This record gives sequence, structure tokens and C-alpha cells, in this order.
Amino acid sequence: MLSLHGVGKTYATGLRALDGVALAVAPGEIVAVVGGSGCGKSTLLRLVSGLDRPTDGEVVLDGTAITAPHERIGIVFQEPRLLPWLTVAGNVGFGLADRSRAERAERVAQALDRVGLADKAGVWPRELSGGQAQRVAIARALVTRPEVLLLDEPFSALDAFTRIDLQDHLLDLWADFKPTLLVVTHDVDEAIVLADRVTVMRPHPGRIYETIETDLPRPRDRQSAAYDFAKRRVLAALDRSLDRKAVTDDGRTMSEAGAALWW
Amino acid sequence: MSLLPVTISVDTAVAAERAPRRLARLALPALALVLPVSLAILWELLVDLGVSDGRLVPPPSTILATLSELAATGELSRHAGATVLRVAAGFGLGVAAGTLLGALTGYYALLRRLVDPTLQALRAIPSIAWIPLFILWLGIFETSKVALIAVGVFFPVYLGVMGAIASVDRKIVEVGRVFRLSGPAMVRRILLPAVLPAYVVALRSGLGLGWMFVVAAEFMGASEGLGYLLVDGQQLGKPAQIVAAILAFAVLGKLTDTLIHLLAAPFLRWEDAFGAKR
Ligand SMILES: Nc1ncnc2c1ncn2[C@@H]1O[C@H](COP(=O)(O)OP(=O)(O)OP(=O)(O)O)[C@@H](O)[C@H]1O
Ligand SMILES: [Mg+2]
Repeated sequence: MLSLHGVGKTYATGLRALDGVALAVAPGEIVAVVGGSGCGKSTLLRLVSGLDRPTDGEVVLDGTAITAPHERIGIVFQEPRLLPWLTVAGNVGFGLADRSRAERAERVAQALDRVGLADKAGVWPRELSGGQAQRVAIARALVTRPEVLLLDEPFSALDAFTRIDLQDHLLDLWADFKPTLLVVTHDVDEAIVLADRVTVMRPHPGRIYETIETDLPRPRDRQSAAYDFAKRRVLAALDRSLDRKAVTDDGRTMSEAGAALWW
Repeated sequence: MSLLPVTISVDTAVAAERAPRRLARLALPALALVLPVSLAILWELLVDLGVSDGRLVPPPSTILATLSELAATGELSRHAGATVLRVAAGFGLGVAAGTLLGALTGYYALLRRLVDPTLQALRAIPSIAWIPLFILWLGIFETSKVALIAVGVFFPVYLGVMGAIASVDRKIVEVGRVFRLSGPAMVRRILLPAVLPAYVVALRSGLGLGWMFVVAAEFMGASEGLGYLLVDGQQLGKPAQIVAAILAFAVLGKLTDTLIHLLAAPFLRWEDAFGAKR
């Protein structure tokens, strides 16, 4: 169980990036975090990953407070951040340095196979496309079998087709051993396809504004009415989070174009 | 039956396409030789024809004769050997000190604040200006020469390493942090590989300065070394010997630079930079 208790973050500049964020994520649950630009989503993930420390409150994973990077928490950044001097296999195996060579080779091969890049094991990162590089980054994060995987806009730099492809791929990988996923995204569709729960944040300072249970069966049909309904609820919540004009709860009165424009 | 000519013609087409390319690969570097070689031939002809007596600017044939004579008597290898030893010792010391200090100041910001301004001030001194002091302190023999070369090598290496370490991408360092690397592991698995390309550049410019400073060091009094050959040639009016020594410097400088390049190449195959593949 990953829980955040009254987490706040004030940067050295004096900027209050997060305030009083409380969130509990059950093991195996997928939670998406959406919100306008600058509302503290990346800050939140950095606190959970232990890369930064909260100035108030605490992040707790199964009873231990997270104050530094933890072996049971992995993270995928917005950019692949592959190490250019290691081959694809070397990158995927980066977190397995303490394992025996044979075990490492086996798990790397398995992970690469799982993301469909078995044939790329020996190539340099510079030879990968953007989508392939991000798949390698996901494999690198998953190869150590973290209980919690954080993803910060993992597919935002990719084109729409690749993005949809990788979303399905991520769900496949998730099904392998069901880690907890905390996904930050700009893309409402991505949030709804992936998440059990969508958390909408509002800025100045960043806090949780509303949480929406998507409550859709998996695998999700992007065309279904229930999907559309969930999407409208999230869009409506996003609009309200920015103190825009009032909209009814199901968002029917809201113009979709207007809602999609601001972030 | 009908397939055969087709395959052959494709093969020959491919071969025909490849041949000029191979030619181009050989011919392009050769292009660089056109100017110096034709100038040399021209000078040789002018001296042969008596247009110039070639006393102050010896023709290539005289230089080659001097070189082979120096080589035959063992003089060349004795002098070159002495110079190479000095450069090697000075380069080793300079690189060791520059790498250590550069790495420490690059890694610890506080140490950088403390040490870097002083070193930058020292760097502003033309290194040749140290010669009198080094001679007073260390005597006129090998120690002061090696010290001067080491000072010359130190600064580019120090600056290169410090700059490279301090500017390693925070995003890459965070990858190391996420996988909970310890301090030494972070240095070995993230920082060192990340700075290696810049380090090789720093080593090469350090080596270049090393060759420059060995000449200055040997000017200040030496009984052997290529720099001694230069001074000796000047004092006894032997321009061919001077040019021969200069040629030896050029060859040694280029050889050692290529050596560093070749030794580093296997570790830099991953580089993805403009010009990395040329
Ligand atoms: N290292 C930092 N120092 C000071 N302020 C920061 C720092 N990092 C982020 N901020 C500020 O904190 C706020 C939240 O930033 P954060 O990166 O978490 O936003 P975000 O929700 O991820 O935005 P986006 O969707 O654009 O990525 C912003 O106002 C930003 O300017
Ligand atoms: Mg962000």
C-alpha cells in the first residue's frame, strides 16, 4: 500500500508546488494523475520516487517512509534517459548489477522480449526510434520487478498511434505481476484507458481537486459509451479545477473543444 | 539460364559502383599531400637549377640525407628517446594531477569555490614564465624540465575534467540515483563514462601542450633531446638538422596523438555527436 499523508513541497525558490496531498493507492491499482501544466504532477512523482523529499507530510510504502530512492519503487521519466554508452541490453540490465551474470542475461532477454525488442539487444540507444527507446526505459524500470512503478508522461513525446500501442503494451506488462502504477499524463484518453482511478489536480499550490473512479471493464474499448462518459467526467472535473464556467457533472453542457484547449 | 546474366550484371553494377568509392576513400586523404609535396619538389628543382643555393632553406634531399645520417649514427633515436621520456614523465604527472583535482572540484562544488579561483589565476601565468623559478627550485636537470611539461599538461586536463564532470546531465545522474548507486558506483558507472569523450579531448590537448613545453624545457639547457638538436643546429648553422628535428617532432606528436585516439576509440563507439562518425 502506497500512501501519501499531507504531502507538501516548497521549493528553495519559495514556490509552493504541492500542498496537503493525501492519496492511498492499493497494491496493483493503476492511478492516473491529470492536471494543468505546472500544477505539481512531476513534483509529486519525484517525491514518491524519493528523488526529492517533501517539506511537509510523508510518503509511506508498506509502513516505511520514503526519503530516498527505494528498490521497490521504479520510475519512467518523460524522456527515455537511456545511458548512451551502454547497449540496449546494458541499459535494461542496469539495475541488476548485483545479480549473477547468468541471471542478469536471462532477465534482460526476457524483459526485452516482453517489450518486443529482442532483436535490438546489442544496438546503441542512438539507433532506436523514440517509441523503441521509451520501451527500453520501461523494460529497464520493470526488470527489477518494482512494487510501485511511477510514470511521468511516459508517452507524451510520441505520435498518437505509437502512444496507443504503448498504452496497450504497458497494460500487458502490468498484467504480468501487477505492480502499482502511478501515471502522470496530459492525455485524458491515456488516463482513462489505463487507470482504475483518475486524480485531477489543481494548481497554485498543487493539490488534489477530485478523484474519479473510471469503473470500466478491461480491456477497455475506446469506442464504448461508458468510456466516453468517463472521459466527459474527467474533462468536466479538469475544467472545474481551473474555475472555468460551471458544468454539470456528466459534462454534457460543456463544449469538448473548449475543454481540450487549455492544457 | 536466363537468370545468370542478370545476376552477373547486378554484381558488376555493384562492383562498378563500389570501385570509384574505394578510389575516393584513398584519393581524398591523398589530396592533402598535393600542396606540400609539390612545394617540396619545386624547391628541390629550384636548388638543382641553381636559382637558390639552398643554404638557409635546405632542399628536401639534404634534409633526408641529414635525417638518415642522424638515424644511422643512432643520434636520432638517442635524442628522440630523451625527449619522449621527458614528455611521458611530464604528461603522466600532469594528467594524474589534472584528473584528480579536476574530478574533485567538478564533483564537490565547495571545493571548486575554494580551489578553482587560485588555479585559474595560476593558469593566467604564461607557463614559460615558471622556467627561472623551476631552475632555482629544482636544478637545471631533468626534474625542472619534467615539472614544466607537467604544468603545461595539467591545465587543459584539469579544466576539461572539471568542466565535464560539473556538466554531466542531471537527468542521467538521476537514473543512477533511482537505482541507488553508491558514491563510487555512481562515479564508475555514470560519471566516468559520461565524461570520457571530453576527457579524451582534454588528454589530447594536454599532450599537444606537453610537446610544446618539452621544446621550451630543452631550450633551457639540455645535452640531449630533439630540442637540443634545434639549439645545436642554430648555433652551428645547420638548418638541415633543425628541419630534421622539427620533422621528428611532427611525426612523434602526430603518432602519440593518434595513439590516444586509437586507445580511446573502442570506448567511444557509442558516441552520437555531429562529427563522431568522421
Ligand atoms: N526544481 C525546482 N525549483 C523551483 N521550482 C520548481 C522546480 N521544479 C518545479 N518547480 C515549480 O513547481 C511547479 C510544479 O512543477 P511540476 O514540474 O511539478 O509541474 P507539472 O505538473 O509536472 O507540469 P507539466 O505538466 O508542465 O509537466 C511549477 O510552478 C514549477 O515552476
Ligand atoms: Mg511534469
